[in-house]
This record gives sequence, structure tokens and C-alpha cells, in this order.
Amino acid sequence: MIYLDNSATTQPDPSVLESFQQVSEQFYANPSSIHQFGGTAEKLLKTAKIQAADILQVAPREIVFTSGGTEGNNIAIKGIALEHQSRGKHIITTEIEHPSVYETCKGLEKLGFEVTYLPVNQQGVISIEDLRNAIREDTILISIMHVNNELGSIQPIQEIGEIAKQHPKLFFHVDDVQGLGKVPLKLDGSGIDLCSFSAHKIHGLKGTGMLYVNKHTTLFPLFHGGNQEHAIRSGTENLAGIVAMVKALRLIVEREKKEVGRLYELQAYLVKELKEVDGVFINTSKNAAPHIVNISVPGIKPEVMIHMLGEQNIFISTKSACSSKLKDESKVLAECGFSLERSTSALRISLSYDNTMDEIKVFLEAIKKAIKQFKEAME
Amino acid sequence: MEFDHILIRYGEMALKGKNIKQFINKLQHNVGQKIKEFPDAKVKRTQGRMFVLLNGNDPKAVMEKCKKVFGIQSLSLAIKVENDVEKIKDAALYALRNAEDVKTFKVSVKRINKDFDVRSQALNQMLGGHLLSNTEGFTVDVHHPDVEVKVEIRKEATYITSSIVPGLGGLPVGTSGKSLLLLSGGIDSPVAGYLAMKRGVAIEAIHFHSPPFTSERAKQKVLDLAKQLTKYGKSINVHIVPFTKLQQEIFREMPDEYAMTIMRRMMFRIAESVCRNENILSLTTGENLGQVASQTMDSMHTINEVTNYPIIRPLVTMDKLEVINIAEKIGTYETSILPFEDCCTIFVPKSPKTKPKREKVNYYESTHDFTASINEAIEGIETIKITDKKEIEESFGDLF
Repeated sequence: MIYLDNSATTQPDPSVLESFQQVSEQFYANPSSIHQFGGTAEKLLKTAKIQAADILQVAPREIVFTSGGTEGNNIAIKGIALEHQSRGKHIITTEIEHPSVYETCKGLEKLGFEVTYLPVNQQGVISIEDLRNAIREDTILISIMHVNNELGSIQPIQEIGEIAKQHPKLFFHVDDVQGLGKVPLKLDGSGIDLCSFSAHKIHGLKGTGMLYVNKHTTLFPLFHGGNQEHAIRSGTENLAGIVAMVKALRLIVEREKKEVGRLYELQAYLVKELKEVDGVFINTSKNAAPHIVNISVPGIKPEVMIHMLGEQNIFISTKSACSSKLKDESKVLAECGFSLERSTSALRISLSYDNTMDEIKVFLEAIKKAIKQFKEAME
Repeated sequence: MEFDHILIRYGEMALKGKNIKQFINKLQHNVGQKIKEFPDAKVKRTQGRMFVLLNGNDPKAVMEKCKKVFGIQSLSLAIKVENDVEKIKDAALYALRNAEDVKTFKVSVKRINKDFDVRSQALNQMLGGHLLSNTEGFTVDVHHPDVEVKVEIRKEATYITSSIVPGLGGLPVGTSGKSLLLLSGGIDSPVAGYLAMKRGVAIEAIHFHSPPFTSERAKQKVLDLAKQLTKYGKSINVHIVPFTKLQQEIFREMPDEYAMTIMRRMMFRIAESVCRNENILSLTTGENLGQVASQTMDSMHTINEVTNYPIIRPLVTMDKLEVINIAEKIGTYETSILPFEDCCTIFVPKSPKTKPKREKVNYYESTHDFTASINEAIEGIETIKITDKKEIEESFGDLF
């Protein structure tokens, strides 16, 4: 099998699974129980938090464990909106956010919030000038993703953070689900108040994630209950999943340091070879994250392509898995200004550090063959 | 462009007369210890200044460590550049952009190197203009600026600093001897330890543990508190005294209303013996006048009778809220309020004496021989060395 759909999800690392199993077997107590066994579980939870904080270079109390990216984004956006609506009801985001941000903002519009959706250029990047102009007296939140899940485009988070710093009344949330372990992002001192992460995109397990909440930031919780996770996210902690995620985090950051150059090489090779193929257009721009290559093969339905490759045990995807079921057109590509022909025929190849050059070569042969086969069938 | 060193200013220490060298050496040593984890970061001294050479390490992370070293008046992130106007411009802009919570600034140029061909006043204006036209939201205020961008042109290079970050003051830990802190797990004792350290005292800690009535978590809580304190000094030896047997004996044999007072006297006796073994010359407690029943003047008088070792009581005149504020600032509060029973809360007499008398206590104590149990407690002491390094419990080792 050649798995090239790593932006949808990744294969859990075997040692991450081991940690999960070990914690489930040995430390299954509820960290809130006051007996010794609970005490050990609590200590493990605390250790996990310190480890995660250390890797992300933030304070342990700034980490909230969640069930994943969607939950993190919801807690951040709705949490700010509900807590700080007395300051204003204006939110700024972009047209190309993941549905868990985009739809959350749409939902808040129904509750009387006003949302500005910033446009992007053909590279899938917003303009800083647009952002500046969009900020108003009553803006309480800017929510902008770091790395786009379909295109791999990178937003100028650092610059946005500097602007956010100059407006102390508003909060800045970053969805870093796709960037973690691939594109560095500094949290502390960057002007970022909130940042969501997901474990299963970094070889951790589904159902676990993290939200960075700057110590000066207050949120209205979505879940009320036993006040776990600083009362931001009540509910018995998924300790095994959390420990597994922190291990995955350590591993991905180590691999990023050592192997990100190789990932860029794989990507460059993919782009170079695909460019040569008749009928293939590259949608991902040069300055993108190293693990995503988005292409269009106009005239061939993406679904057909996926299945033709699938028959050879090669897995890529169309748009992001989360929005694939909506309709044919990729909203992200449409917002970037690509023609309907291209935005309805997009394919995403997404890599992990586990992929090899050999796999890429096999994939390239397969896709070339598939295109040829299709064209011959149509003639 | 990035900050490449941290300037360290020491205040009160400069007043220390002939001992000054010893104090400064200690400070340099303490800073060096704190930044050990950063490869290549070094603390140096030249021409009456102390600074940390970052050598590529994250300025903020190193700064955080230095901010917790006693004996430092203030710190500044600084950049060293060649004596070149364009480079000075860039560095000044970088320094201003990275100053936090700043709306107004001023530039002050010191031209120690008179060979540098732009005069101070001219460079002042040039830099001010450069900063204004390349930033947003800043204005110049020459009288009360939020930040002063300082440019010092020396022979070898130009140094640029902006924000001045206050240090903790005090004296370098280790310059005032060692004290044994009675660490209970409550809010007060860690604060007392912190304040003693602030005056240059190195501390060890003693904790009275009464299993199975007090849990492992209560003990862990004390170790966690000690760990938090190590951030402000060096490693701390925590002496855990097995107290169950003696405590039960006290409450069985002594009159109920005097049991608390006698228990405290026992604690002081055991603490003093630890001091003698470890060559420690004083005790430190979180005692505070009038806070609870056992901390009245009468109580203190009666309890203090058993030792003539000096007792440092940094909190003795403080209000509870002042103590809580410090606890929050130094990061012990959250741990202190965890609701575990400790040895002082498990056996609570119905009506403890608020005005215990020495004569009475001495009489009661004379009716029973505690020597065996005291010795047993002392012999059973477990000493745990707590360092400021991050450690993962062995049983969790490969989970992460």
C-alpha cells in the first residue's frame, strides 16, 4: 500500500499505540479520584502536560487537552465569542478555513455576530492589508489557519500576530492542525492567544488534541462539568490518548528537525514530475508546506482518479476529507480564483515522514498510466 | 536579527563593601547554573557588567530563567552590532518592535567611542525618525517613555537595548548560609522559604508525613512545592520524617487541648536534630502572628522553648492576602491549595489551647517518655534531593 492521504489522517506510530495500551492497562484510574491510584493517574496527566508544554515552549497551564482539531477550534472561537461579546461582536476569519472554523463562524452569525471572511490570492494567502482594513473597534477575534489543508498554503501568522499585538482588545486564534510538525510556529510572545492541534495528523490517535490558551485569555467553556482542564474542557480526561499524543508530538518534532528537508525534496520531485504530465496542473504554490501537493486533472472526475489509483493500493484524496461530501467544487480552490474546470477536478497528495522516494516513483507511474488509460477510453 | 545577549544589573549587592567580590562571583555562578540547560549560553563579566551570551539560544527562554535568580536588579535583552549606522538602525528597530506593552519610546545614544563619525544628537534624531517611519502605533515621548531604546557606541561594537525587565532583587542564594524550612504543604511555608532564599539563604526542607493517614499525594505535593522553589535557587534536600507513631502517641498520652502544642514542639526538636546533623544553623517557618489558634504569641512562646536555634519567620507580620499574592506570583499557590490532608489536619483537637503555658506543657511532657519514638522518627528520615531539572518518573519513562 502507498498511503498519500496524510492530511486526512496518519498511521498511528507503533510506539504511540504501545503507550496508549500501557496507560489503558496500568493507569486507568480517574485522575480526579483521590485515592493513590487516582494520584498516579493525575501525576501522569501532569507529566504529559509538562512534556507537551516543554515541546511547544509554553507554560503547562496554557495547554488544554481536547478531543481534536474540530473541538479545539469550536472551544476557541465560540469560547471567545461568548465570553467577550460585551466588547464587540465582530470576528475576522478567511474564506479558506477548515469547516470547523468556517461553519462555527457561520453559526455565530445566526447568534448576531458579524463575520468578515478575508479573501485569498491565487497562492491561497490572505493580504495583510485586507486584514488591517478589516479590524474594527468591535473586533474581538481573528481566526486564521496556519497551513491550509487542501493547498498547503501558509498564512503569514507572524505578521498577523504583530498586528494582533497592537490591538489588545482582540484575540488571535490559529488553527495549526496541518502545520504541526511540518511548518514551525512560535507561540509564546507571538501575539497568538489560542492555537488548536490534533493528534491524529501527527501519527497520534483520533479523539485527542490540544488547545493552547494563552494565560491572559479567558474563554466561556463549551462543556461545563467537573472542571477538568482548568474548567475550559470538563469531562474525564482521555489519559491514554493524551499520553499517546504527547509521545507523537515528541516524535514528530524530532522528525521535523531531521527530516523536513527530505520532505521538501519529495514534494519538489513530485511537483517537477507532475508538471511534465500532459493535462496535469499544479495548484499548490511554491511557498507551501512540505507535505501537500494539490493538482488538477481537468476532464477527469477526481473520484474516478481516486478509484483507479485505489485499485493499485495507492491512496490519495480529493478535497479535504471533511468537506468532500458536500459538493464537487473545492471551495478553497474557487476562492483562490481557479477556474471551475480546475476547482472541480482537484486531487490532493499529502505526505508524511514515512513516505519514501520509491513510493513517490511508483505513484507517479501509476497516475501517468491512469490518465493515459482514461484518455484512451474517452477517445 | 535577534537579541544576542542579556545585560544583568545588580543593585543592592553593589553596596556590600569588601564582600562584593564574593557576592558577584556567587551571582555569576548562580546564573551559570540556571542557564546550564542551554547549550553554549555563557555568563560573562567585563568592565563592571555582567551579561549572558546567548550564542543562538532563544532569548526569551533564557531570560525567563535569569529572571528567577536572586541578586539581580534588572535585565535587558541586548544586541551587539558593528559600528555602522545602517546596522544600528536595523537593530534599534528590532529592539523596539520586540519590546512588550509599549506605546511610547525615546532613543538615547551614548557615543563613548568618539571616533564614530555621527554625533550622538544627530544619530538620536536619525534613529527616532527611522523607528517612527517603520512602525505603527508608536509615538515619541522624551519625558516619560514606556521604553528607552539605548544605543551605546563603544570601541569594539555598538550595544542596543530596549525594555528593562525588573529582576527579583535580594541576594544570591548561598551567600547567607543555610536554613531548614518546615514545609507543610500549605500556602505559607513555601512563601516563607522563597523569602528566606531572597535574602541569600540556601534551604533544605523538612516534612512530617503520617501514613496511612496522610497520602502519597500529600507527600508528592510537598515535593512539588520544593521543586517550584528550586526554580529560584538550587537543589533542595527534603527530609521526610515518618511521624505517624509519635503523633499517635502524643494524641493518646497528652491532654487533648495541649496535643497540638506538644506536637509542634516535637517537630521543632526533630528539626533541630536534622540541623545538627546537616550543619544547618537556623530554622525557617511560615508562622504568622494570630492567624490560627496555634500561632498566637503564647503558642510561639511555648513552642519556641524547645530550641535555641534562630527561627526565621518571614511571614510573621504579613496579612494572609499578602502571602497569597506572593504564592501566586512564585507559582506555589495552585499546588498549595490542593485539598490533601496533612499531618496537622488529621488529628484536630476539639478545643486547642490558644494560650498554652510553658509550665503546663513541660509538666505534661514529663509524664511520658517520648524518647524512643522521637529517635525512631529521626532514624526513619528519608531524604529526597529535588533539583530544578525536569524529571519523568521512572514508571512513566517510556510512555513519552
